[in-house]
Amino acid sequence: MEMIKVTIDNKVIEVEKGTTILDAAHTVGINIPTLCYLHLHDLNITNKPAGCRVCVVEVKGRRNLAPACVTECTPGMEVSTHNIRVLNSRKTVLELILSDHPTDCLICPKSGSCDLQSLAQEMGIRQIRYEGEQSTYREDTSPAIIRDVDKCIMCRRCEMMCNDVQTVGVLSAVNRGFMAVVAPAFERNLDHSECTYCGQCVAVCPTGALTEVDHTNNVIRTLADPSKTVIVQTAPAVRAALGEEFGMEAGTLVTGKMAAALRRLGFDYVFDTDFAADLTIMEEGTELLDRITRHLKGDTTVKLPILTSCCPGWVSFFEHQFPDMLDIPSTARSPQQMFGSIAKTYFAEKLGIKRENMVVVSIMPCLAKKYECSRNEFKVDGNPDVDFAVSTRELAHLIKQANINFLELPDEDFDRPLGDSTGAAVIFGATGGVIEAATRTAYEVFTGKKLDKVDFEQLRGMEWIRRAEVDFDGFPIKIGIAHGLGNARKLLEEIRDGKADFHAIEIMACPGGCIGGGGQPLHHGDSSILKARTAALYREDAGKAIRKSHENPFIQKLYEDFLGKPCGHKSHHLLHTHYFDKSNPVEIE
Amino acid sequence: MHLLVCGGTGCRASESETIFHDLKTTIASKGLENEVQVITTGCFGFCEKGPIVKVMPDNTFYTRVTPADVTEIIEEHVIKGRKVTRLLYINPETQESVSDSKHMGFYRKQIRIALRNCGFIDPENIDEYIGRDGYQALGKCLTEMTPEQVIEMMKKSGLRGRGGGGFPAGLKWEITRASMADQKYVVCNADEGDPGAFMDRSILEGDPHSVIEAMAICGYCIDGSKGLVYIRAEYPLAIDRLKTAIGQAREYGLLGDNILGTGFSFDIELRYGAGAFVCGEETALIHSMEGLRGEPTVKPPFPSVSGYLGKPTNVNNVETFANVPVIINRGAEWFSSIGTEKSRGTKVFALAGKINNVGLIEVPMGISLREVIFEIGGGIKDGKKFKAVQTGGPSGGCLTAKHLDTPIDYDNLIAAGSMMGSGGMIVLDEDDCMVSIAKFYLDFTVEESCGKCAPCRIGNKRLIEILEKICKGNGTMEDLDNLRNLGQVIKDTSLCGLGQTSPNPVLSTMDNFYHEYLAHVVDKKCPSGQCKALLRYIIDAENCVGCTACARICPVNAISGERKGVHIVDQAVCIKCGACLEKCKFNAVFIK
Amino acid sequence: MATINSLDDLRKIKAGVQARMTLREHSNTPDQLVQIKVAMATCGIASGAKTVMDFLITELDKRNIEAAVTQTGCMGYCYAEPTIEVTVPGKEPLVFGCVDTKRADLIIEKYIKNGELVEGIIPVNYESIDEK
Repeated sequence: MEMIKVTIDNKVIEVEKGTTILDAAHTVGINIPTLCYLHLHDLNITNKPAGCRVCVVEVKGRRNLAPACVTECTPGMEVSTHNIRVLNSRKTVLELILSDHPTDCLICPKSGSCDLQSLAQEMGIRQIRYEGEQSTYREDTSPAIIRDVDKCIMCRRCEMMCNDVQTVGVLSAVNRGFMAVVAPAFERNLDHSECTYCGQCVAVCPTGALTEVDHTNNVIRTLADPSKTVIVQTAPAVRAALGEEFGMEAGTLVTGKMAAALRRLGFDYVFDTDFAADLTIMEEGTELLDRITRHLKGDTTVKLPILTSCCPGWVSFFEHQFPDMLDIPSTARSPQQMFGSIAKTYFAEKLGIKRENMVVVSIMPCLAKKYECSRNEFKVDGNPDVDFAVSTRELAHLIKQANINFLELPDEDFDRPLGDSTGAAVIFGATGGVIEAATRTAYEVFTGKKLDKVDFEQLRGMEWIRRAEVDFDGFPIKIGIAHGLGNARKLLEEIRDGKADFHAIEIMACPGGCIGGGGQPLHHGDSSILKARTAALYREDAGKAIRKSHENPFIQKLYEDFLGKPCGHKSHHLLHTHYFDKSNPVEIE
Repeated sequence: MHLLVCGGTGCRASESETIFHDLKTTIASKGLENEVQVITTGCFGFCEKGPIVKVMPDNTFYTRVTPADVTEIIEEHVIKGRKVTRLLYINPETQESVSDSKHMGFYRKQIRIALRNCGFIDPENIDEYIGRDGYQALGKCLTEMTPEQVIEMMKKSGLRGRGGGGFPAGLKWEITRASMADQKYVVCNADEGDPGAFMDRSILEGDPHSVIEAMAICGYCIDGSKGLVYIRAEYPLAIDRLKTAIGQAREYGLLGDNILGTGFSFDIELRYGAGAFVCGEETALIHSMEGLRGEPTVKPPFPSVSGYLGKPTNVNNVETFANVPVIINRGAEWFSSIGTEKSRGTKVFALAGKINNVGLIEVPMGISLREVIFEIGGGIKDGKKFKAVQTGGPSGGCLTAKHLDTPIDYDNLIAAGSMMGSGGMIVLDEDDCMVSIAKFYLDFTVEESCGKCAPCRIGNKRLIEILEKICKGNGTMEDLDNLRNLGQVIKDTSLCGLGQTSPNPVLSTMDNFYHEYLAHVVDKKCPSGQCKALLRYIIDAENCVGCTACARICPVNAISGERKGVHIVDQAVCIKCGACLEKCKFNAVFIK
Repeated sequence: MATINSLDDLRKIKAGVQARMTLREHSNTPDQLVQIKVAMATCGIASGAKTVMDFLITELDKRNIEAAVTQTGCMGYCYAEPTIEVTVPGKEPLVFGCVDTKRADLIIEKYIKNGELVEGIIPVNYESIDEK
């Protein structure tokens, strides 16, 4: 690599050719402020439209100021990052952005975690010299995401996520000049678009322009209602991230504290979605084995590969974008919905209460789960299996509102019977986890042999698309894994073109899987946080006594007492679903 | 015999009408009205030496004629056939008097290179283009020159991009040639968007083949076989003519495969722009052609390295291309002999505003503003006083009386705080309010900003808000400071050329006409009387007879007064509609 | 139209057209046609060039004057649109501005028929590259 010398703030440094001024400055401890810039290093996700102009620096000999995030160092370049010209320009630009931004910070959902707010604080903005008209737009509320684009600063991060990473193509810049904003085509509402509610736009939005639909008040009211039995389930990825909301280091596992907090919040039963994840493996694994067996017997109608169906963002994606392939994914419902279904049948029966008097709340790392639980096929006589899906961030708010000192809580266990799970279930939260869990069970069922080693390292990692082969006692099972919907698209197109020969594919909509979900504590562009959460889940798995779903005694009992056998009649009714063609062509009103 | 009297405004101001009248009566008195006709003509573009009288058919050109000269012209020239030598034009170089206007080419300030065929050939007939050396340059390049030689010639000619930036065309071609790729593109930027500029449209409508030929030559040089013309959809006639021309060129085999049997292939497609000003910026233009949102991206990479579909792309505008065939045919030396050292050749300007000869002109670089405005342009309308000229459209600035003798070229205009731009020249007179002018241009940029970068999206909006405040009489001195700071920051921090130049009209009017800003802010007055909110309708007590007509016509009842008593306008209520002024028969209402 | 396959072919066409055009522009033969070019760019059309052109074609025909009326691009005299250039055989081309049908009628009757000049002449104030 060719090295070049540049001077930044009078420090002479040597950097690789092609290094940006921003990165070069970092190496000598100079942090040039940024706003629109986003770089998730481990995932190779970058957004640098050079639109906010906050990172401008002075380059000697250049007519105007240079945006540090995109300007590459050239030999002998002399850069000043904070002289009076730069500071005045930077402050003026920031004042301009603030002048077109509502100043309702005190009641903004992003308050405290807003990048714009922090920047204004760091830059010491105490007045806005250029006040004037503010651009206003219609607010858009969908089942999962609220777009309050008066707060949009045109950083285009959401657009990059939606188009480049997820290839969903819902969000893009519309209008021109002062009225330019990011919106769905024709400025329609999200629920009239192909939005999958994956929430990655919300995960990267620096301001309060994109936020989740907040159900905390519904939960508080429900908990206060003595006529309701309120049950809570928590998704695997939540326990690896919730601590961050309380200042704990990323990757701290707070499973026990979380269970304790939920109990103190007043939930009647504190259960675990992990239980349902084990159940999912029973159903999905059985389906996989059934398809493989039929395939091996020469049944040409059988569809392979089987695709996982736990991720609601992903389900919406193929319903919108691949309606010709609706028969490929597993028909198994997601763990959230399996849990709701079992809770409001099996467990309600056990308690002897009517389903109307039972409320199921789920704590999810995900915003698409809010949409999923509102889908009609997951309701019985209008009563949803899961009443409220609440994000990790919302749970943190609930805990704070209930005056609970989270850090001081003791570790507590989940309640039984729907709270016990295996290590296979907890890794559902990381990309590759579902397929690894399925492999553990499918292997033993298919071969009739016990696994010596349950860790399938070849299925783990952060690479966008991973391909692996697992030897099922002489029969090689070919497995594909994709996270990020853009990568899912690539695999699906391979399948459609007949170029793929996988038996099973796991797909997660969010980069990194559920640990990187749209409902998680904000990572603010630090991808090491995602890595730490992943590691935490594998740590929890390794520490579990039982690490294979089919060995979960409570699952076994559920089948004995209630469901019969996996993929049997009753489980088909309660635990499986069907998909819809949602590829409606856009109509312009 | 004909006597042609210049009827241009400049000459009329120096009694050409009297001359015309006297010529007529004198001729009639001599009984010559059947043999000699006297008629007025349009402007000769030589106003400095006016009034002009031209005698036909011998082409005698009399300058600075006065009514006192009429008899002599008739007696001597018309009757005796002897030229009135003292009225002939003296060639300043040779000090000889010139009798025949055919030998007065040097008085013509314009040289038409890019416009050489406009208004001369039928644009829908390729033969007429070929008859005027058309496609000879392409033929010469393909058969007698290597691409390197052509590029060398272009570089030597000194031709710079005519779209505004002024980047040397030959150098651009060389860089694009040096970029390696399986496909390269030649793009013609016909997204002319400056208010008041229409030279590209005129060229495409009047001489489309010159652009086609030049694009093919460029394709040969950069080793690209595909040409794209990005043209605004609002130019239907230009599109039609271009399509016809492309069709004819294809039929002749001057576009397509194996052109002139040389093995070189080149063809052109059209891409329509939806009329966004920012799409004149080359990266935005390319994104628009790719079907993406028309907004610029950071350079580098320059289109010459990575442009349309990521391939090396050479973007030049229409006028730049129109110069190319002439350079090839006549040589780099010929071309570079015209113009100034750093700006060779000619530039087409669209003269507009408060000028008599509104029109399209092509002048050598280095010509003075004075020559353009007072000679070719025929001076200021209605004999008003010249105030400023806005060059470079919304990206440029204003030049004032002190710049009248500055040679016009790329660098001088930038030094004077303006820019060449695509060549719009809007002439302003004493009636124009410079704050309003700045507001007018900003209004345009605010509309046309793509909204990608914050300083342009929000900053320009704030600039115009401050200007509006000033025009309404609510401006403060702090606003003036803010205006200047904000303008400078927008220039310093915007992403593309649009934002980097959009504050120019404000900054340059502030530099040159700060007193007008002060008048608006401190005295709450608009010196030109353009800012409605700052006008005050006042009733003169001397003239008012108390007829009550004004009070009755006033739509907001702002005027009060007894019948036969002096009336008064309540300034707080007055909406400055001007109805009272119109209604008053006694000249009692006036504007202050 | 035949394809032009070489630079020589191109030159031949040029020579042919040039001969014709020279005739058209600078003819000294009195039996040649009257040539009229109407500036038909957008600005010209917008100010009525099309009406003028139609008028010229029909009227010249009616009045039995052999003439070729063609369109051309913008002449640059925006202040005087519509503009036409009239070349009467044996004479220098003359440009007339602000031509409406009334003035066109005068041009036919006075200038073309009798060689009398009429109002509206625009002196050519530029150098063409041929002169340079």
